[in-house]
Amino acid sequence: MEWLSEFGAIAAMQGFNGLSVFCVLLLMALGLAIIFGQMGVINMAHGEFLTIGAYTTFVVSSLTEQYAPAFGPYYFFFAIVLSFLIAGAIGWLVEWAMISKLYQRPLDTLLATWGLSLVMQQTFRSIFGAREVSATLPEWLMGSWNPTETIDIPRNGLFVMGLTILLTAIIFLMLYRSRWGLQVRATMQNRVMSRAVGINTKRVDRMTFALGCGVAGVAGAAFTTIGSTGPTAGSLYIVDTFLVVVFGGAASLFGTIASAFSIAQAQSIMEFFMSGSMAKVLTLSAVILILMMRPQGLFSIKVRK
Amino acid sequence: MDAQPTRLLPRRLALGAAALSLLAASVFSQGAMADSVNTTGLAVTDTEVTVGQLHSATGTMAISETGSIQAERLAIEQINASGGILGRQIKVIQEDGASDWPTFAEKAKKLLVGDKVAAVFGCWTSASRKAVLPVFEKENGLLYYPTFYEGLEQSKNVIYTGQEATQQILAGLDWIAKEKGAKTFYLIGSDYIWPRTSMKIARKHIENVLGGKVVGEEYYPLGNTQFGSLINKVKLKKPDVVFTAVVGGSNVAFYKQMKAAGVTAAKQNVLTLSVTEDELLGIGGENMEGFYASMKYFQSLDNPNNAAFVEAFKAKYGKDAVIGDVTQAAYLGPWLWKAAVEKAGSFDVDKVAAASPGIELNSAPESYVKVHDNHHLWSKTRIGQVQKDGQFKVVYESGLIEPNPFPKGYQ
Repeated sequence: MEWLSEFGAIAAMQGFNGLSVFCVLLLMALGLAIIFGQMGVINMAHGEFLTIGAYTTFVVSSLTEQYAPAFGPYYFFFAIVLSFLIAGAIGWLVEWAMISKLYQRPLDTLLATWGLSLVMQQTFRSIFGAREVSATLPEWLMGSWNPTETIDIPRNGLFVMGLTILLTAIIFLMLYRSRWGLQVRATMQNRVMSRAVGINTKRVDRMTFALGCGVAGVAGAAFTTIGSTGPTAGSLYIVDTFLVVVFGGAASLFGTIASAFSIAQAQSIMEFFMSGSMAKVLTLSAVILILMMRPQGLFSIKVRK
Repeated sequence: MDAQPTRLLPRRLALGAAALSLLAASVFSQGAMADSVNTTGLAVTDTEVTVGQLHSATGTMAISETGSIQAERLAIEQINASGGILGRQIKVIQEDGASDWPTFAEKAKKLLVGDKVAAVFGCWTSASRKAVLPVFEKENGLLYYPTFYEGLEQSKNVIYTGQEATQQILAGLDWIAKEKGAKTFYLIGSDYIWPRTSMKIARKHIENVLGGKVVGEEYYPLGNTQFGSLINKVKLKKPDVVFTAVVGGSNVAFYKQMKAAGVTAAKQNVLTLSVTEDELLGIGGENMEGFYASMKYFQSLDNPNNAAFVEAFKAKYGKDAVIGDVTQAAYLGPWLWKAAVEKAGSFDVDKVAAASPGIELNSAPESYVKVHDNHHLWSKTRIGQVQKDGQFKVVYESGLIEPNPFPKGYQ
């Protein structure tokens, strides 16, 4: 009987792990789903916008520790909001200075944003040093929650999960239920026509890019609870991020969610039964196979050809 | 009348010639002085000797290599302040390997062929060392390499100031088997040569010497950030010890997620090969509290050499600076080179390399090291326990261990 309850505990934790990986993938891909999915901009510097969020959290954490230790348990919420604002503001600047000049040239955008990512990495290194840093997490985010004796549910996993659900809901409402969302989708489908009916497409572009970067900042802040904060931390996420968005089908939020879910479950289950490297190989192979059969990704917008 | 000037002229000439020859003699004798310590055309003058520093100051590896750059600089400054080597001040040419192995090889060639440096302090990853090794052997350079590494290498052109795998691993496993009665081990590493070689050695030792059992052996791709499934597997197998060699950003993710999954020192013994004070900065001491690391050096080592070293390091790089195992090993490089040059009485690479075995350093922060015939160092291995403040408490110290880069029965 004992092994059965233990088996149950492991199964429960493993199930939670799958969901947790799903939320992490979705959270990191949300920003890119907006930028790449809606705007078609291949933003290679997406990982560095995550890093901006992570460093913002670190700075807020250090300042809190130094000047307002009593604020310690709550600083994280403030750090998330600030990460959104800072990453969004920098995204706004980048769009204004660089991306807006390159809309008709996707390959140049790829190169330019890749260059930007290198510049940003070196900037982080110059400001914060080459070594990794670590934000002090509030107690309530650390350790595990035990519903029973043998089950440990990571609290940071729960937190990331909650944040992901909240953020996805907000983005869904903004894109599909607001006037602004309508303008974004109109601009992406037919820029000239949108302009003709009086949409300020330049402004829409800038806001969309800034929003995507801001969301990346939030993800970066959340990832300080589960990952590293260093000048090149963003590059750890960029491949998975593109994978999720491309596999899901650009221009579809549902696609991104479905893709994050299937990749996460495949990865999580296979990792349990074989080695980590092998699981990765099989996951990627499956993704490649499916993309060969369905180049537009899992979901795509139906358009009249 | 006629005779006088004709007699005078030769005399003047003779005087001039004498003066000239005196001048020439002094020039040549000085030249001979520089020549006698440098017969192979290295960048050595009467007042200066040039060395190279070759690490990644940019790119992903800058995280790790910064400490080594700082430590080597400090050692060189201290040597210069105390009068230099053979009366010559050390001048440093620093090159950036930029975390890119071909760049390392190219810069190594530049330092050896273009700058004619007398020695190079550099490299960090095995990949960068493997990239520069043919260059050093062809151009007959001398490299001081600071990182603990997988062994299986020996070159007359390299002095390895970090531990090779058996030194670091065997003492650690012996200690935890004895101290914690450990019988079952779960081996976890990043997926590249150093963790794989280290775990191979560990498995042989556990199975053949300790009579224990390896219940799991797993490698994750470099840069992997999700360890949930792995941690569940560890929970299922319930090993006495989790033995790890995870590196880079993965390292941080791994320990944060271990802590979040409730795997703490109270429930699980963890012994690691890849966490120094440097890594703890990124991981956070609170996430690893109570876990053990097997290293030859910890910043908290209690001896006068180390106290002076830590003080000098902090005076130069700030009070929050931390010193990890590799940083200390990098600090040994210039001092070992100085001792070998002085013993050889020459900067010639062949003579310095030949003089190196047997060199002892009583002033090492790790207390004492001696260069072995195989160009690795005799050193002690310590077990440190992670404290909340990001430092280690030394709980065990081995005797002096002989370096054995080609261990029989472990390959």
